[in-house]
Amino acid sequence: MKQLEELQVGESLEEITLAPVSRLDLIKYAGASGDFNPIHTIDEEAEKAGLPGVIAHGMWTMGNLAKLFTPYYDAGFIQEYKIRFAGMVFLDDVLTLRAELEEKKGTALHFRMKAVNQDGNEVVKGRVEFLLM
Amino acid sequence: MEVLGGGQVLQNVIGKTSEKVRNTVERGMVKRFAEAIGDPHPVFVDEEAGRDSRYGRNIAPPTFPRVFDYGKIEGLGLPDKGLIHGEQTYHYTRPLLVGEDVFCWSEVESYKEKQGSNGRMGILTICRYGESLDGTGIFVEKQVIILTEAVMKGMGI
Repeated sequence: MKQLEELQVGESLEEITLAPVSRLDLIKYAGASGDFNPIHTIDEEAEKAGLPGVIAHGMWTMGNLAKLFTPYYDAGFIQEYKIRFAGMVFLDDVLTLRAELEEKKGTALHFRMKAVNQDGNEVVKGRVEFLLM
Repeated sequence: MEVLGGGQVLQNVIGKTSEKVRNTVERGMVKRFAEAIGDPHPVFVDEEAGRDSRYGRNIAPPTFPRVFDYGKIEGLGLPDKGLIHGEQTYHYTRPLLVGEDVFCWSEVESYKEKQGSNGRMGILTICRYGESLDGTGIFVEKQVIILTEAVMKGMGI
């Protein structure tokens, strides 16, 4: 694993592809986060809301995306993490998580973040500022 | 009693804050949360790894503040269904430490209405704060919520 300090602008962290999204993933996230909005777990409720089926919590995807940085907490921490929820995530979707170094500002590393589904659509996008200590 | 029209209902809560609520970064909840986002890394869940880390103990994942109680903002009656989460931002001065107590509260930052292609929509921004017991800020969370026309009608806006 490359040290964050050695990463050059334009390079990316090693991407992660998640297992297909399962209902159990979303039930677990509902329980762990306390977000029990039923459009994330119960088909009938999703359909009532005009959706073709249950969708993942945006915060589930945002939480997953941050794990690109988990191996680097010995070097620093996430100072800023901003995400826009650009598309919906459905059951069986396969998400790939990416972080590309965009800029170095002193000890702050600015990354462009995205989670992309199996069709190449960006479902969440944003940025991370990782502060080296 | 006066019935408020337009977005007045929400305009009136801009700048309002909740009371501070004391929360604990509970070890078991951090473990369950880390597992739920597929990230049960030792830095979050293994006590020994936490002790050996630069933080001296385990830390919580950056999106963990989702689980805290931020109190209630008087006058802000949002429905529990139909809201769309548009954006989310976290700003940290340091990671949250497992076992520490945090004072949390929330504030309505802004409310705007727009005419979109699917009718009217409301854009509500809520900030949530976490500080240590000595009053030092640890994190600020900013959440942008989109209210569709159907939701707005349901709220009488």
